Amino acid sequence: MGMAVDVRNRIAKRAAKEIGDGLIVNLGIGIPTLVADHIQDTFHVLFHAENGVLGTGPMPDPGQEDAALCNAGGFPITTVSGPSYFDSATAFGMIRKGYIDITILGALEVSETGDLANWIVPGKRVPGMGGAMELAQKAKKVIVLMNHVNKHGESKILKTCTLPLTARQSVDLIITEMAVMEVTNEGLVLKEVMAPYTVADVIANTEATLKIHAAVSIIE
Amino acid sequence: MKQGISKKNKLATMEEALEHITDGCTLMYGGFGGVGSPPTLIQGILDKGVKEMTLIGNDTGFPDIGIGRLVTAKRAKKVIASHIGSNPNAGSLMTEGKLQVEFSPQGTLAERIRAGGVGLGGIFVDVGMNTIAEEGKEKLMICGKEYLVETALTSEVSIVYAKKADTQGNLVYDKTARNFNPLVAMAGSFTIAEVEEIVPAGELDPECIVTPGIFVDMVILTEGVNWKWAWQ
Repeated sequence: MGMAVDVRNRIAKRAAKEIGDGLIVNLGIGIPTLVADHIQDTFHVLFHAENGVLGTGPMPDPGQEDAALCNAGGFPITTVSGPSYFDSATAFGMIRKGYIDITILGALEVSETGDLANWIVPGKRVPGMGGAMELAQKAKKVIVLMNHVNKHGESKILKTCTLPLTARQSVDLIITEMAVMEVTNEGLVLKEVMAPYTVADVIANTEATLKIHAAVSIIE
Repeated sequence: MKQGISKKNKLATMEEALEHITDGCTLMYGGFGGVGSPPTLIQGILDKGVKEMTLIGNDTGFPDIGIGRLVTAKRAKKVIASHIGSNPNAGSLMTEGKLQVEFSPQGTLAERIRAGGVGLGGIFVDVGMNTIAEEGKEKLMICGKEYLVETALTSEVSIVYAKKADTQGNLVYDKTARNFNPLVAMAGSFTIAEVEEIVPAGELDPECIVTPGIFVDMVILTEGVNWKWAWQ
């Protein structure tokens, strides 16, 4: 999305703080993939890929790729010790049954009530939903990583999504290059601001109604 | 009289396999982004000139990878898939009205195929409710909860890719190249497996067989992947 590498890594690093020891996590394509690089070394986190593997590891070294061992984005991976392979129906059985603790996805739009739109721009871009509906609807916690505004400078965090939805009231946390926002029963709460942006910058670039957390912090 | 299952040898040639894949057929395929799609059968279908097919599988691969090669060569009139984003040709053909695309959420698609493969009429699932994915689908209340009725999918011909087969069509897969293959293998009226290695019946460990040979009608030996992966 034309985002600088350091900004992408900053978002990924912040997202990694949400992943606790022992959790089962599914990472989407793009910035979410980078999150794995920032998880605390001592944590045992089991990564799930919906094409059919539990226990994915880092990218292989150049020359060590195995075409039969890829993530859901079609790129080569390795496995950690004790992985399991299964067919795609089983992979989604795990998702629907609620075994995924956290999923981290990209988004085109998110609403202040946690509606997610990330699979279709009618008449323009129609990639399809892939596994996003199951993941957004069924993971225990849904984290969205995205640009705060679109290429026209318009907020992607809205009162109501304009695009067809992937899932309703599914997003728990939004992390952008500007801020960290939590979807709560009381509304969308601004919890952290990424320096050099200010609370005022975030409000000015957010169409959704933002409640400002009493102890809003600045990430340097 | 001899007891036990048929000892019919299912090994076949490409020509014999291609006799079953004809214009207008419904072709289901294994693979996820091309990983685990049968390259030699896809090449054979291209060379034979088969057209007007309805393709059913997870995605449309990449423009020159996997089933994407058939889409790029305009051999499909319809695709039922969860994702076409990695093959821009599929999107362009759809926009031009030259390719009909029916989207199904990935897990729902996998389960619809599995349902077709195990003799069920469909499944009940709540994924995609309150989105445009529910349009045109019947809803049912089951034990106080509402579900969408998702119909089963079957094919006239299924093509799958496996690591190893025995002469009775028992299949073993290779890591994430398994993906949709075991489901697709079950859902075909006629199923052709393309494999890396063929061993005599009895040599595979029965505990490790993923697809029992009863679901497989023909086995052919692969000539290997003849495309460059996106990451190469």
